[in-house]
Order: sequence, then C-alpha cells, then structure tokens
Amino acid sequence: MTAPKTLYDKIWDAHVADEAEDGTCLLYIDRHLVHEVTSPQAFEGLRLAGREVHAPDKTIAVPDHNVPTTAGREDPEQMTEDSRIQVSALDKNAKDFGINYYPMSDVRQGIVHIVGPEQGWTLPGMTVVCGDSHTATHGAFGSLAHGIGTSEVEHVLATQTLIQKKSKNMKVEITGKLHPGVTAKDITLSVIGKTGTAGGTGHVIEYCGEAIRDLSMEGRMTVCNMAIEGGARAGLIAPDETTFEYIKGRPHAPKGAAWEQALAYWKTLFSDEGAHYDKVVTIKGEDIEPVVTWGTSPEDVLPISGVVPSPEDFEGGKVEAAKRAIEYMGLTPGQKLTDIEIDTVFIGSCTNGRIEDLRAVADVVKGKKIKDGIRAMIVPGSGLVRAQAEEEGLADIFLEAGFEWRLAGCSMCLAMNPDQLAPEERCASTSNRNFEGRQGYKGRTHLVSPAMAAAAALTGKLTDVRELM
Amino acid sequence: MEKFEKLTGIAAPMPLVNIDTDMIIPKIFLKTIKRSGLGVNLFDEMRYDRDGNEIPDFVLNKPQYRDAEILVAGDNFGCGSSREHAPWAIKDFGIKCVISTSFADIFFNNCFKNGILPIVLPREQVDLLMKDAEKGANARMTVDLEAQEITTSDGEVIKFEVDAFKKHCLLNGLDDIGLTMEKADAIKSYEDKMAQERPWV
Ligand code: SF4
Repeated sequence: MTAPKTLYDKIWDAHVADEAEDGTCLLYIDRHLVHEVTSPQAFEGLRLAGREVHAPDKTIAVPDHNVPTTAGREDPEQMTEDSRIQVSALDKNAKDFGINYYPMSDVRQGIVHIVGPEQGWTLPGMTVVCGDSHTATHGAFGSLAHGIGTSEVEHVLATQTLIQKKSKNMKVEITGKLHPGVTAKDITLSVIGKTGTAGGTGHVIEYCGEAIRDLSMEGRMTVCNMAIEGGARAGLIAPDETTFEYIKGRPHAPKGAAWEQALAYWKTLFSDEGAHYDKVVTIKGEDIEPVVTWGTSPEDVLPISGVVPSPEDFEGGKVEAAKRAIEYMGLTPGQKLTDIEIDTVFIGSCTNGRIEDLRAVADVVKGKKIKDGIRAMIVPGSGLVRAQAEEEGLADIFLEAGFEWRLAGCSMCLAMNPDQLAPEERCASTSNRNFEGRQGYKGRTHLVSPAMAAAAALTGKLTDVRELM
Repeated sequence: MEKFEKLTGIAAPMPLVNIDTDMIIPKIFLKTIKRSGLGVNLFDEMRYDRDGNEIPDFVLNKPQYRDAEILVAGDNFGCGSSREHAPWAIKDFGIKCVISTSFADIFFNNCFKNGILPIVLPREQVDLLMKDAEKGANARMTVDLEAQEITTSDGEVIKFEVDAFKKHCLLNGLDDIGLTMEKADAIKSYEDKMAQERPWV
C-alpha cells in the first residue's frame, strides 16, 4: 500500500518528467497562459536563441493588463505609446509562434485568469502557469497553478517544463456555514488576516471544509486567487460535482468518450485520509464577518465593525510598517472603519470580476443610486462576462444606479492603463492588493467583497453590507 | 548569465518589512519590452518625489550607499507580483545580493535566474548584518558563495544555506533552458506516456 497523499502530492507526482538526485524536478506544464507585460522579454529570448515554442497548442495568450476599458479602445490614441508597443508585441508573438490568442478585439478577451477557466483551458489535475502571481486562481479547479517570472516563462515556452522543488503542504479548513452577507472574499481576506502575508511561504495551500464546498466555482476562484497574498505558491481546492458542472460544455473541455475518461481521473483527485500536512489552519465559517483592509498590506484585515488600530498594537518590524501604513492611508487610530469616507469604488479584477460578483453587486444596488460625487466603476473580467451581464439585465441596473460600465481588462486593479487613483483618492476595491501606489500614485485602497463595494458606493463610506440587506 | 562567486561591497540597510514588488519597481516601468535600464527606477516612489527629485533621506540616495552592492532587508522581501522587472531593476542598479529573514517565493526564484544571490538567515543574524550595514560605506561585507559565508566588516563570519543546484548554476553562470534541453528525451517520453494516459490534456 502506498502512503496517503495530499491532492498536491498527487498532482505533483503525475507531472514529474525527470528528477535529479537532489530532488530538483522537471515538472511538466499542461497549460501556459501568457499576457503582454511579462512575456516580451521571453519571446525575445527565444528569437535570439533560435528556439521555437515547444507546445503552442498548450499555450494561450491574451492582452489584459494594459488595455483601455473605455468604448472605442481600438483607437490607438487611447493607449500610451509603451502600452501600445507591448500589446502589439503580443499580437506579433502570438502570430509568429502560432499560439492560441484572444486579441483585444475578440469578445472572449479578458483577464487571463478569467479567460482560462471560461474557455475550458483550465481543468482538474493540470499544472497551469502564467507570468502573473494570481495564477493561483486556477487552483479552484484542483489544478496546480502558480505564477512564474519572465525567465521561467521563456523556460516553459522553450521546454514546456519548469525546474522545481516540491513545496510543503498546508491545509486551510473553513468549517461550517457562512452568515448571510459573508462571501468568498471575506474568507480569503480573513485567512490572510490570520496567517499574515508570509504565513504560506514555501507551501501550497489546500482549502477545504464545508464553507469551501458550499462555494460556487466563482467563489472558489476568489479564494484561491489570494493564496499568493498569504505567501503561498498556490492554492488548491479538490474538484467535485460543482467543478465538473462548471467545466462541462466549455469550448476546450473534453467531450464524449474523452469527457468520461477525464471525469474518472478527476474523481481520484482528493487528499487521502491521513495524508500529511506540514501546517494546518482552521477557521470557523460562522466566525467570519464581512471584512475590509485598513492598511497597505493584504494582512491588514479587520471586521467592518472594527476600528483603525494603532502602531502599538503590533510587534517587531510591523510597528514601523503599521505607522507608515496609517499615515499613508490618512487614517487615525481608533477611528471607526464605518466612518471612513471614500471617493471611488472599483469592482472588477481576477479576484472579483466574474458574473457571480456582478450579480452580488446588482442585488445590493438594484433600484438605488450611488452617493453623489462618488466615482464608481464596474469592469467585467471578460467580454463574455460583460455580454452575460447585459443579457441578464445587470448592466441596466448598474447604469441606472450611476456606475460606469466598462470593457474587460485589469483596469484599476493595477492601474497600468488610464484607470488610476489620484494622490490621496480613497477607493473601496474588489481587487487583491492594497500596496502603496498599487491603484495610482499615493492612492488609498481598501480591499472588500463586491457586495461591500456596492454598499460603499451607495453610502459613500465603508459600510457593513448587512445593514442594507 | 553572469556568474556569482565572491563579492566584497557596501551593504545598504532597509529594515522595512514586507517590501513588495510595487515598491521595488512601480508598474509604470513594466511597460518596457527590454530587460535592461530599470536601475534608475529601482524603488522609484521611495527614491524620488513627484517632480523626479531625489529624496535625500532614502537610503540609496545617501552618499555612503549609492554604490551599494548588497541589500540587508526586513522580513518578507519581494512579496507581491511575479514581475521579474524587480530583480532586473535590482541588478541593473548594481545590487547582487539581498539578505533577509524571508523572501516571497517567486521573487526568490527570479533572483537566481538573474545572477542575484538571495540569502535567508535567522533574525539575530539579519539584525547583526543590519547593524553592520548601518555603519556606512567603510563597512564592507564579503559574501562568498563557494564557502557559503558572509564576513562582516568586523571579521565576524556567518554561514548560510543555499540550494545545491541553484548554487551550481550561479557559480557557473549556467542558463536553465540549455540545461533542460539536454533532457529533451525525458520530456518526450513523458509526453508520449501522457498522450496515452490523459489524452484530453
Ligand atoms: S486583475 Fe489585477 S491581479 Fe488580476 S491579473 Fe490583472 S492586474 Fe493581476
């Protein structure tokens, strides 16, 4: 009998193409996703060395970080020159190397981590990489998915493998049920609040427990998306009926006999009873409240009912960091979080730019108006999410409430395109990073769930969405 | 890739914890399609004011640290995005070694691909090196990769761990892709096996 294995162990073992004596492995990569920002130097490297893309059929590219999200974006005037150069470099590289491509003009274009699952490229038990740290998103399907640097992008393009050493196993269990108004985003932020941004370093996290099982695929993607913010290389959730249901019929999902064969394999993808984890964290679902971040690190998480902390509440190097964060964020220790007034609301990103997120926003804002003077923007994660939201009538609800309804892209998640915060502008954002300057020079970001962002748009302050329900 | 063998140089102290990749190289500088030239924008928002003037207090702007080749940093250095622009900028500035209690995974790997040596040490030793770095330009540290030793300006020796394969690549300036391509047969036979076992992939 073989020793019990975790889900991570199983996927890892199934992808080792070669193992050196010291445990360094060549891990075979099933899907390689590519975007315009972290790939030009990799393609340039291939050209210089006279190399080809090893498996173009397993390589999928889409521009997302730089693309404008306003109507008429085909007009090159809408982009800065260097953005234009990056997007057209991707156009050219995709064509020259013969890889799957969704150009800006394609309705299927969108954020790479939304497009992959949507098109059925991401499947359980796969290894998925992308030159982007939020590749962890795909772990929601029970695939081992993580971000890589540009040198590794080049390595995967050339060889379809990565040189890797195995990480440790970490289990994060969310037991029981969530209260109404508490979402996947609150789970993932609460976990980081508990473990810190380095809590998962060197580990692959498997999320499990009833509250995780109860989530839709959209919610599971939100949870795994932020595994990286907890320092983990990847986040994983074992596939189940919810997963199979989501995948079935997607353009690149297996069909017919291949589907049956795949399904039989996917059903073996779970952690065996008694498998070993190096670290275990358990949180009760009922203890999780809607949360917000107050500082400039995703670990600066508090329940919305809390108050801004003071630097003395912390220890070691965090005292200085908290002091800096409070000053940067323009807050006062002891201030109630619900008294913090905001200027802007951003709803979108690979964390919360899927259809379910938009439905959650529509539920809160339906028939209401956003507070006067608030800039509120909804950026769907893909052209198809946008189309579906229009079909379901959500777009009308947003427009009537006073939101801007944009085209798909990363937008103000990292503000590489024209969507940026001005200095000291304060934003309730459904994205994943509240770092200094992330959403614009000196911009101030509070991370929240889509429902909480919607509530903030209505009141103009950070707000407990449960009070509007 | 450039080799890393032994380095004696000025170490700059940056005790701030959680220095993320947006701080190391803000996203506006990611729009390049080249690997070089990012050094002037390393730590851009901490280093310059809005008008592009140097902020004199920032460590790398101080005369004694302008030529630093080693960085002693606070916990969890390099967290955030996967951008390899971060190590490119560090390298282009002239820093070849970063020392901290912990690094974010992707950043840590990216360093090795660019001839930078990231060293993880226990807190007491990082604190000691931080103090040494605070002495300024005359306090030169030596980092010897072959011997896996750091020697402080006072001659104190600290041992460090490094993955054997990564050490070998750094010492010899080896390019990963070339190494992997020598294993083309193993990759091919894995692919043949998978075409049978998991054809839908
Ligand atoms: S939406 Fe944000 S986090 Fe996601 S890929 Fe784009 S920039 Fe990165």
